[in-house]
Formats: sequence, structure tokens, C-alpha cells
Amino acid sequence: MIKFTEDHEWLSLDGDIVTVGITDHAQEQLGDIVYIELPEIGTQVSKDDEVVVIESVKAASDIAAPIDGEVVEINEAIIDTPGKVNEDAEGGAWFFKVKIDDASQLDEYMDETAYKDLIA
Amino acid sequence: MGENLLKTPLHALHLELGAKMVPFAGYEMPVQYKLGVMKEHLHTRQAAGLFDVSHMGQVLLEGDNPALDLERLVPQSICAIKPNRQRYAFFTNEDGGIEDDIMVTRRDGHLFVVINAACKAADIALMKAGLHSTDIVEITDRALLALQGPAAETALARLFPVERLAFMEGDMFPSDWGNVWISRSGYSGEDGFEISIEFDRAEDFARTLLAMEEVEAIGLGARDSLRLEAGLCLYGNDIDKTTDPVQANLTWAIQKARRAGGDREGGFPGDRNILPKLSQPAADEDRRRVGLKPEGRAPMRDGVQLFENDKSPDPIGVVTSGAFGPTVGHPIAMGYVPARLSEPGTRLWGELRGKRQPVQVTPLPFRPSNYKR
Repeated sequence: MIKFTEDHEWLSLDGDIVTVGITDHAQEQLGDIVYIELPEIGTQVSKDDEVVVIESVKAASDIAAPIDGEVVEINEAIIDTPGKVNEDAEGGAWFFKVKIDDASQLDEYMDETAYKDLIA
Repeated sequence: MGENLLKTPLHALHLELGAKMVPFAGYEMPVQYKLGVMKEHLHTRQAAGLFDVSHMGQVLLEGDNPALDLERLVPQSICAIKPNRQRYAFFTNEDGGIEDDIMVTRRDGHLFVVINAACKAADIALMKAGLHSTDIVEITDRALLALQGPAAETALARLFPVERLAFMEGDMFPSDWGNVWISRSGYSGEDGFEISIEFDRAEDFARTLLAMEEVEAIGLGARDSLRLEAGLCLYGNDIDKTTDPVQANLTWAIQKARRAGGDREGGFPGDRNILPKLSQPAADEDRRRVGLKPEGRAPMRDGVQLFENDKSPDPIGVVTSGAFGPTVGHPIAMGYVPARLSEPGTRLWGELRGKRQPVQVTPLPFRPSNYKR
């Protein structure tokens, strides 16, 4: 199941693990990404915590955790090569994975059709 | 976009090329095109980039001796500029601060001055008040384009015999596009040209260049990262009314003739503050503009405060320009620090999102410039 937030993040649920990234639309708006700071593995995050810093050629922006849980994996590859996010935002350039307690937190987010309407 | 914003003669072309337009100094300007800032930057370093800089002011100074008259307002030797030669200069104020940085060319019978867009009105007022026997004529019917990069000569030479121009030399070229003024100059750290052309010819001329394989349209975003890699100042960020030329590390631009003991010593606003500083050793706490290289990968942008170590309570300096340098492949910045901490190799700390990160004072430019000497 894939869900989308109004802040242009995507969440992919697999068992009790949610993978979080930013949408292709978001990377396009940000422009060339040059730096990414990810949370440490083991961090307990709460919804709306600012957990990621993205710097593009234009500006710095924060990304909030869309859900409560524990960070269990981060994508080291995008730290080394931030430009990957511009190339493959909704695929290999995911940001982090969270082990969640309560999958119902995803209910409030949009499905793909609703998100496409939002950015149309 | 704000309805009061001015448009350059290339506005329709920018939109057609898919530019992202932003307000800049009262104009609606392209910040980037479809390539994006990073690729536009690299393209300019590798081939040739075409910039619309028509927002900048173009002014003619006419009179009996406009060069000598202009020396009342700038610490440069304007009288020594040879015909068709160009020189970097700046207006100073009574405290020695910089009111604007400008380019001055001696042309047949007058001076041609290019001034920053945001300073246009203030500069013209300053010249009207400060020049005694010179008419100040703003050119309002010419666009200004810049073609920058190692392939700029190859591209432009298909249209004009520009190979004969040396760096900081210009000439008027009669053509199908009317009389086109071209100088071998720019603000990217590359060889290149600046082209002053009549409004109604500018778009056709730009299209002719853009049709060439080497040439891409480049926005203000890449213009900023290119000039920063080249160690060049952005007025309003790296220099302003409060920074004097010694602090700004621009003493190379003050010729001997205007210094103590020179033929035309002083006689410009702030000379009493600036001239002694040119011959004295730096006071420890007087600030200096320096290059800065963050040791980490996070860019330190303008406004980031600098500290002497990772615990010291009070900032000792500030970043005035900062970005990722696409050509050098790491973040780069400029800022002001006390003279005692301005030696290259000095390690300082910049505060990013509440965390102190190490940053090294480095020589400028970050990348050697490719001017055609």
C-alpha cells in the first residue's frame, strides 16, 4: 500500500515497516539536491518531528516524520549521492524505514489518485 | 507574479524556454530553465551559457572630462583607462563603505558604466549629486546579455570578429542587429562576453546564439554559484555600505595613482578612512572577507554565524554567500572574520541548525578563472 502526504512524502507499508521518501513532484520543486541529513537508526520519531534535512542548490528544507515509530534503516546511498533523489525519488532513493505501532495513522493520508489531483 | 515587476526584452523567450521566473531587483527574471541550476552551472564551465542581465543599469557619462569627474566618487584611476578598455570600480561613501560595484569602460567620447540592478536609482542619484561637469544618461533602450564559458568565443565569433578582443576590452560592432557593443568580460570566472544590444533586436540575437550547439540559456541561480566559485562579490551580500574595500579584500582594485603619494591621491568619499588602512598592518579585530570551505557536506548559506571554536559563546563572523559548488563538488562560502583569523587554513566553526560544524578559511577563488589574458 502506498500513501502520500500533503508535504509530498510517500509512505509504503509492508508488514509493520513503513518506507518513507519524497515524491517526484517534490524533488522537481526542490531542484538539484546536494545534501541530505537522515535520522540515526534506533531513533524514536513522532509524527511531525523534523527528522530529515534536505539542501538543494536553492535552499534548505526540513521533512517531518509522517508517522510514529522507530527508525530501523536509513538509505546511506542518498547521503553519499544526494543527486539520486532527483533521479529516482519514488524508487531507489527512499529516505528511511520506520517500524510502526499503529498502521491506522496511515489512514489520513492520500492514495495515489488523490495525490495526483493535489499536484495537478 | 507581482504586476509591478519590470520585464526584460527577453521575457517572452524565457517563458517559451520553460524558465522558472522570480522577482529580482524589481524585475521578473529567470532563476533557472529546464536543465536546472546544477547542469546550467556545469554547462557554462564546459561550453557556453547565455545570461539575460538586462536588469542591470547601463549609463553613459558625457562631458569635458567624465573620467576625472568620476574619480570624485570612486577610488579607482579612471583617467588611466585606455580607449575601449574596461575597469572594475566601486562607489564609496564617507565612512569608506561601498555603495555599489560597477564596470567602467572608456568609449569614444564618453564613459560607459554598468551598475547593479538593485542600486540603479541610488547610483544615478549619487552621480547626479557628486559629478560636477558630467551628463548622466541612462540607456533605457538596450538589453544586456552575457555569453560565458570556454566555447563563448567559438560561438560568438560566428557572428562577430570577437577573437581580437582581449580580456576587459570592448568595441562597437555594426551588424544586422544594429550597432552591438561587445566587451570581453563577465562575472562567471570564465572567458566570455557581455553584449549591449537594442531592445527590439535582442530576442532575435539571443535565439541565434541559442540555436548553436554550444549555447544554453542559464538562469540567475547558476549565475550566483558561478560567481561564488570564482570568488566574486555579490553586492548586498558580500559587500555593502558598511564594508570598506580593505575589509572586502578589494584593495587590488585601487590603483597607485589614487593611493597615498599617487598622482591623484585621495579625493573620493571615505579616502581618510581607506588610504591609511592601505599602508598599515591589519588591526586584529578588523574584519576581512575570506573564502570558506565547510569540512562537511552541508552548505553554509548567508547568515550562518561563525565561531572561533566549537564552544565559544559569541560569534566572531558571518557567512555572506554560501552554496554548493557544482564544479568543485563541495559546499563553498564567503564571509567576514576578524583579520587575525583570516589566514587560509584557519579552522572555524559555523552553526547549522544549532550544531557547530567545522569550516576552513580558504584562498579565493575556489576554482582558477579562465580569463583570456
